[in-house]
Amino acid sequence: MLVVAFVSFSLFNFVGDPINNMVGEETSDEERAELRETLGLMDPIHVQFSRFVINASKGEFGISYQLRRPVSELIVERLPATIELVVISALIALVTGTLLGVYTGINRKGFLSDFVLAVSLLGVSLPTFVIGILFIYLFAVILGVLPSFGRGEVVDLGFWTTGFLTVSGLKAIILPSVTLSLFQMTYIIRLVRAEMMEILQTDYIKFARARGISEDSIKYKHALKNGLIPVITIAGINIGTLIAFSIITETVFQWPGMGFLFIQAVQFVDIPIMSAYLVFIAFVFVMINFIVDILYYFIDPRIRVKGDTASG
Amino acid sequence: MSFLKINNLSVDYKMRKETVYAAKNVNIEVNKGEILGLVGESGSGKSTVGNAIINLIDEPGKVSSGSVVLGDLNIHENSESIVKYRGNKIGLIFQDPQTSLNPILTVGEQLIETIQTHLKLSKEDAKNKSINLLKEVGIKDAEKRFDDYPHQFSGGMRQRVVISLALCCEPELLIADEPTTALDVSIQSQILDLIKKLTQERNLAVILITHDMGVIAETANRVAVMKSGNLVEIGETKNILTSPQQSYTKSLVSSVPPTNKKISRFVIVEKENKKNKENNIKILNRWTKKEIINQDLVQVKNLNKSFDDNFFAENSKNSILAVNNVSFEIKEGESFGLVGESGSGKSTIAKMIVNLFKPSSGDIFFDNTCITKIKNRSELMTFRKQIQMIFQDPYSSLNGRMKVKDIIAEPIVLHNHSISNSDLNNYIYDLLDSVEMTQKSADRYPHEFSGGQRQRISIARALATQPRLLVCDEPTSALDVSIQAQILNLLKDLQEQLNLTILFISHDLPVVRQMCDRIGVLKDGKLCEVSNTEDLFLSPSHEYTKELLHLMPKIESIYN
Repeated sequence: MLVVAFVSFSLFNFVGDPINNMVGEETSDEERAELRETLGLMDPIHVQFSRFVINASKGEFGISYQLRRPVSELIVERLPATIELVVISALIALVTGTLLGVYTGINRKGFLSDFVLAVSLLGVSLPTFVIGILFIYLFAVILGVLPSFGRGEVVDLGFWTTGFLTVSGLKAIILPSVTLSLFQMTYIIRLVRAEMMEILQTDYIKFARARGISEDSIKYKHALKNGLIPVITIAGINIGTLIAFSIITETVFQWPGMGFLFIQAVQFVDIPIMSAYLVFIAFVFVMINFIVDILYYFIDPRIRVKGDTASG
Repeated sequence: MSFLKINNLSVDYKMRKETVYAAKNVNIEVNKGEILGLVGESGSGKSTVGNAIINLIDEPGKVSSGSVVLGDLNIHENSESIVKYRGNKIGLIFQDPQTSLNPILTVGEQLIETIQTHLKLSKEDAKNKSINLLKEVGIKDAEKRFDDYPHQFSGGMRQRVVISLALCCEPELLIADEPTTALDVSIQSQILDLIKKLTQERNLAVILITHDMGVIAETANRVAVMKSGNLVEIGETKNILTSPQQSYTKSLVSSVPPTNKKISRFVIVEKENKKNKENNIKILNRWTKKEIINQDLVQVKNLNKSFDDNFFAENSKNSILAVNNVSFEIKEGESFGLVGESGSGKSTIAKMIVNLFKPSSGDIFFDNTCITKIKNRSELMTFRKQIQMIFQDPYSSLNGRMKVKDIIAEPIVLHNHSISNSDLNNYIYDLLDSVEMTQKSADRYPHEFSGGQRQRISIARALATQPRLLVCDEPTSALDVSIQAQILNLLKDLQEQLNLTILFISHDLPVVRQMCDRIGVLKDGKLCEVSNTEDLFLSPSHEYTKELLHLMPKIESIYN
């Protein structure tokens, strides 16, 4: 976290002169110096850095150059859009990915399995924005059933704006979330499939068969539970990646989330927003990994009883 | 009237090019209350027969013909019918208790599920039944252990759980596929006793699949011998082991190291290579043969090694003392054996002697130089040249991406940079000759060879630096008995001709008896006793040694 904070802090300081960006052409040198003093830019680097970290931990990242509003406010405003998008696509990716993965892992030679695998190959190899544009062309331009940009109507709940409560909002989220989830989904399909195939070969599955346990229980209880352990690790990392990928998807679909905000910020060299975004993403990654580690504890008994050695 | 009748059972593996017959027209009958031993070397089809009975053959294998009749039920009527007999009428025990239990379900969950699959019992009744079963197979605190996960049990306990799972629906036939191969001698005898006891009490018909003739001699009533898918011979255990009729059975029985006497060489009936005897002279020309002076080549003094979870602090309270104050000497030219069960520290000592591990304290002297204190790299190299190691698993100890020639050349070039190419090639050929391999094998890759051949390559590689001490860490425990006999013969010949000193590490007491002049017995990192081999086997002084000798399965027990 600190490393990322430092990188974004350096971005703040060394990419151009912030004062130049903030003030107009005809500001005098004295006024500039005064501003520098009041903003604390004359302090030694480490003092500035510790102030940056303290402010960041309070959620303050300064004021956007372009929009002249506090960055934290902008982020809070955009956050719900991104979170909704990412959560929905993560759900799509996990649920469909696992289901299809289990199906293709068990029925290795069916026509449907081959078909799913062929499509998943497409999903891995086509870049997100191509798929996004194809979707827009197909569903918005030709069929005209789904909107091609924006969030639709949103309902403001005070601290959160949601698109889930209106029909247009729900319609609007379909295309971007499917686009975003496609890559992760294909990834999870392949992972689950490989895991299932491997686990169905293990001794304990064979032993379960030899005891006459029903095939359904073997597949969905014994094998699937074991197969999901690596999926959780990957899914954890991938939710982070989803947020990162959402930059492209949000741009393609003009989705008013944080990724879109970031792209706009890059275009206008709006450094406070960029550094805040960086710190935020790093924070999300750390949190997700933390949650995954905790989940492991509940899923894998071998970790739960560490230190309690085999006895008897 | 036999309880289980296997008639003309055949199992085919249809491969792309050909069909492999894993079992051909096998006829076996087993009675109730009887243990039938099914023996054979790896690839003989003994496990295939076991799995074919309950139709659990991996793809692309298939039971192609034959019938299996259990009581008056034809259980192979069609491929579906067998499913309802699995677990219910037939229980199966696999070799490795580490992998045969589902790691993320508790023992209780696995038991209850199995019971409820076959018997109409409520969850409560199923639980009571499982706890009684666990008690029956000898698990203490069964009520508490019921909710434990498999990894919380030790290997022997896990195999007991596996047995309880196999028996929980009261099958009448039990198939045990190498049930004790992964276990230590003392645990092995407990598990075998348990199987014998259950056979009596429950009047089971048991098929015990194993490669271990000692186990067969002590447990089986009758024996069936298999070779490459065919049933070679079947009969009373005593008859088969004492007066085998078929030549294959004869060679198999004679390859088993006897436990009650020392023999000079193993008799190999199938093929005895006499012609290679002189070939060793070729490498003898290159060998700067050390005269045997009656002195200690290796001295180990107060050796300690602790392993630690904690990276920073050695000797913290979590540390495990793998080797605890061990001292012994190995005389030049002798074979010294180190025996012990798994976890006794025998491999750790070997690794410290070849300087792969650093001892926590204590000294090792080689030829009167203290090797634990060597700092200088060139000194270390001259020392390394004199000690070579042969590892247990010939499949992982050879680099699969290198030709045999390069594998053997590597140590030669390392210690002799100036060797010319033609000389190097000749040297490699001589080495291969001395381990009874053809020159052609030099240009092939390790995967083209069998386990025994690979172990020969390992030996050739070890000999390449002309070592004085050869450390053999369980060199034959991954091999079949007849191959084991060949490798042990080879090691004996080489030692005799090259005046090698051998440190021989094994858990297999009969093998150690044949190979070693003196033996040290290890338990939990401590050396219990060191004495001459014959003294140790005839009049052991330490309690633990007595116990080990008592528990070791003896092929001779058939005479009693």
